[in-house]
Amino acid sequence: MQTSQYVEYETIKEIRGPLVIVEKVGSVAFDEMVELELSNGEKRSGRVLEVGLGYAVVQIFEGTSGVSTKGTKVKFLGKTLEVPVSEAMLGRIFDGLGRPLDGGPPVIAEEKRDINGFPINPASRAYPEDFIQTGVSAIDGMNTLVRGQKLPLFSGSGLPHNMLAAQIARQATVRGEKEEFAVVFAAMGIKYDEALFFRKFFEETGAIKRVAMFINLADEPAMVRLITPRMALTLAEYLAFERDMHVLVILTDMTSYAEALREISSAREEVPGRQGYPGYMYSDLASIYERAGRAIGKKGSITQMPILTMPADDITHPIPDLTGYITEGQVVLDRGLYNRGIYPPINVLMSLSRLMKEGIGPGKTREDHGDVSNQLYAAYSRAQELRGLAVIVGEESLTDTDRRYLRFGEAFERRFLSQGFYENRSIEETLDIGWEVLSILPESELTNIKDVFIQKYHPRRRSSGGS
Amino acid sequence: MQERKGRIIRISGSLVVAEGLPMPQMYEVAEVGEQRLVGEIVRIDGDRSYIQVYESTSGLRPGEPVYGTGSPLSVELGPGLIGQIFDGIQRPLKRIAETSKSIFVLRGIKLEAVPRDRKYVFTPSKELKPGDKVGPGDIIGYVDETPLIRHWIMVPHGVSGRLIEISPEGEYSVEDPIAYVEANGEKTAVRMLQKWPARRPRPFKEKLEPELPMLTGMRILDTLFPMAKGGTGAIPGGFGTGKTVTLHSLAMWSDARVVIYIGCGERGNEMTEVLEKFPTYKDPWSGRPLMERTILIANTSNMPVSAREASIYVGVTMAEYYRDMGYDVLLVADSTSRWAEALREIAGRLEEMPAEEGYPSYLQSRLAEFYERAGRVIAVGEPKRIGSVTLVGAVSPPGADFTEPVTTHTRRFIRVFWALDTALAYSRHYPAINWITSYSAYVDTVTGWWAKNVDKDWRDLRDSLYSILLRENELREIVRLIGPENLSEPDKLIMETARIIREGFLKQNAYDKIDAFASPQKQVKLMRAMVNFYRNAKKLVDSGVPVKVIREKTQDLITELIKARFTIPNEELDKIDELDRRITERLSQIGG
Ligand SMILES: Nc1ncnc2c1ncn2[C@@H]1O[C@H](COP(=O)(O)OP(=O)(O)OP(=O)(O)O)[C@@H](O)[C@H]1O
Ligand SMILES: [Mg+2]
Repeated sequence: MQTSQYVEYETIKEIRGPLVIVEKVGSVAFDEMVELELSNGEKRSGRVLEVGLGYAVVQIFEGTSGVSTKGTKVKFLGKTLEVPVSEAMLGRIFDGLGRPLDGGPPVIAEEKRDINGFPINPASRAYPEDFIQTGVSAIDGMNTLVRGQKLPLFSGSGLPHNMLAAQIARQATVRGEKEEFAVVFAAMGIKYDEALFFRKFFEETGAIKRVAMFINLADEPAMVRLITPRMALTLAEYLAFERDMHVLVILTDMTSYAEALREISSAREEVPGRQGYPGYMYSDLASIYERAGRAIGKKGSITQMPILTMPADDITHPIPDLTGYITEGQVVLDRGLYNRGIYPPINVLMSLSRLMKEGIGPGKTREDHGDVSNQLYAAYSRAQELRGLAVIVGEESLTDTDRRYLRFGEAFERRFLSQGFYENRSIEETLDIGWEVLSILPESELTNIKDVFIQKYHPRRRSSGGS
Repeated sequence: MQERKGRIIRISGSLVVAEGLPMPQMYEVAEVGEQRLVGEIVRIDGDRSYIQVYESTSGLRPGEPVYGTGSPLSVELGPGLIGQIFDGIQRPLKRIAETSKSIFVLRGIKLEAVPRDRKYVFTPSKELKPGDKVGPGDIIGYVDETPLIRHWIMVPHGVSGRLIEISPEGEYSVEDPIAYVEANGEKTAVRMLQKWPARRPRPFKEKLEPELPMLTGMRILDTLFPMAKGGTGAIPGGFGTGKTVTLHSLAMWSDARVVIYIGCGERGNEMTEVLEKFPTYKDPWSGRPLMERTILIANTSNMPVSAREASIYVGVTMAEYYRDMGYDVLLVADSTSRWAEALREIAGRLEEMPAEEGYPSYLQSRLAEFYERAGRVIAVGEPKRIGSVTLVGAVSPPGADFTEPVTTHTRRFIRVFWALDTALAYSRHYPAINWITSYSAYVDTVTGWWAKNVDKDWRDLRDSLYSILLRENELREIVRLIGPENLSEPDKLIMETARIIREGFLKQNAYDKIDAFASPQKQVKLMRAMVNFYRNAKKLVDSGVPVKVIREKTQDLITELIKARFTIPNEELDKIDELDRRITERLSQIGG
């Protein structure tokens, strides 16, 4: 590389949080990459956040601690942040900026791409519709995931979201297809043992060969977190749309990402929005989450499963709130269920899959799927309401039917929701368990199910009936 | 013409500051940098122009040139708009995909909104002949844009005089002159293509009160909280409560003639869904594919924020244009909160003084101006036309908190409020429209239409149905204290009837073939069956029959009634009458 052509500056005027303000610069581009060389020879990288005549504001990824206004050299690299991408990145482990962490050789780029990517043209998208069987009843039966969807896990600290994500990554299949998912895993600010959990899990299941991991740990520089998911998604886009692969992207923990965003915003002294998070956080998160889907004329797809921990388990906190406003539903984990020993502790009422309708039904799952799901929802929400009521007025002041609802609620949680970490249920098993718990209710209560399906699938009809 | 040129002195995100651009105008479109990225001047300070750029500014450098275009952000109007999908500044997304051969929207692409290479059969007006006086809005002919939309060609604003030539019937492109108008010795060509500045409302002769319902096929809307043609409405709700599904349903089933759907800072897939579905679904009022009456604007959440801000003006200008032809236009915007956030982002970059929650202080006047562009009007020009623009905006309050600025300000400017409720959505009661907190100011407006065209008892049935729901709401509080079994018998009947209404009338599955669209007749018949049940059962209760007995004796029929919404199609409504009769009969047997 002809590094000599870049002018070096030693004109840092101000250092503010992760930002460095450089003076007397020549022609610098907005969003240009920057290399910093400290007086001890250490190198850091950054990018231009704002530029004017003769000055540039630079965000330093590794943070500014130890950086001095004197003796630090600033070099503008004449290009925006690009990553090398290649199929050979599967099976490899990188740091949050894409540098190999596994002692392997540097990646030989098949192509270099701007990490910000470009928005997918809405007219070029193809609507996701292929049912992914995750083997988890609460998801397959009631919050069905489809290929190309972005479906986050909303969790709380200490809840088993990593287990669930790992179980889904292991079990996810599209029925009738042999090809397995390639997994791009991006960790932002997670703990070492969590990163290790995923790594060992991928190794043990033999999946590691089709996994690319980008890891930024909790004790590593926060600003890198703003880059890591974009690295991962740039690779995912390449694999999906140039290499015809079906890619599952796991992003964890988006809460750490959002906190880094808040940090940089306050360093820039921007007007804060809710709870100190910047007003543009919605658009910023969208620039990550929208990088999922299918496209016309392309074989591959990107399915996204971001994980976030809700501060204080509060779903109205800006991070889950804005995420929910962008993603195509959410799977919510619940501390109450967890404490009662239910795994996976999925709160189905708060969970939602918006793309479910296109992925289910005859030819995809089973004809009764939609009705069964609707009925389970209606019945479980009634059961929950009555549970609250029973606490106050006592079970005896409920009607017979209402008491049956209470029994249904119990059975739903113990039989339908609850399953093992290694239990991989087919969609038929899931639906049959659904019918089994619904049969606790009087048939006249099944107002969401068409009569033909009751005739065909209701356990009482099936055991007593002719066919 | 002399090119007006300045140079960039600062770049911060989508905001570019330029120096030395001669005579800049507020809201003038400027082209920025070597790549000539499109932007709009949003502030002028001495020699400096602040430009909000509609595309990513990554890689732009100070010192690069900036060009003034001399014209404000304008919308192209003419045949060829229907059926298309545009971005927030009216670039045609399908043709962008075709020309760029990329699934991504790359930068610096400039394509015209109205296709120039297509020809349309223009038929001149029979009423006009050379020598006649014509003025703005006068119809000089038409083009059949789609089998559903006869596109009336109007004399553009700013043109009037004597018609000296009009083209005979034949094929023309939108830029071909099809008529000449002379005034003061000057000859002006009239073309099918016109332009109009997006931020300026198109004029009309007179604003009228809304008179007719905008029928939607959604029972809770048409029956309880009706929209009127030319009215305004908002649909606020937390994430996942059903704003988009409701707006999609409105776009699909409304009896509007032209529908403009704006995806403003929302999901890409939601636009794809419309693009895939609308060509194959039929407008229930005309039987034609929905795409023949629909225009889409998609400036999704990951597309540039400044173009998002512009998108609703581009959309409403097109709406007014079709209104001026005499059509009833429905415009839905999903979501106005994302638009307001774009406004906030731009204001923040300009370092303007923030008001509540960082929004600029002019948020409310901008909202007012937007909703003010709705209405039923007498259009400018001859022959006389009455058209309307109905505006419905989704609102996405942070944390589903309706006291936040966008929701509270919006409330002041709209007349129909469809409040989505997170609790209802969690329990999968769809549409999750809360019937206690929602309202419509058009119930009286539309009563006459229903009485005349559907059923003279409409208002009486509606009010009875609603009062049962209101009473149930009070009783629910009491049930929480004493349990359902301790209610009085008449109150138990209220609870039971309200359950039937909630399950069998209010709930409506947007994805069920039969349930999704309920004709006005179906709505009334279902409502009548339920109100009849209540009235007849009430007589029994008053004569001492316990509700428990009524429930047991009618259970099978009630289950049938609740399922009728998705088992009985609009074409077989006698089945509801017949069910109604059977229920009445069964009840009379209990009494006897
Ligand atoms: N009338 C309905 N019939 C059936 N399902 C519905 C209906 N309304 C809403 N839903 C369900 O609720 C989900 C969320 O609805 P929708 O996408 O409209 O929410 P939203 O309010 O637009 O959310 P956001 O603000 O995040 O965009 C849908 O995917 C669908 O599953
Ligand atoms: Mg929506």
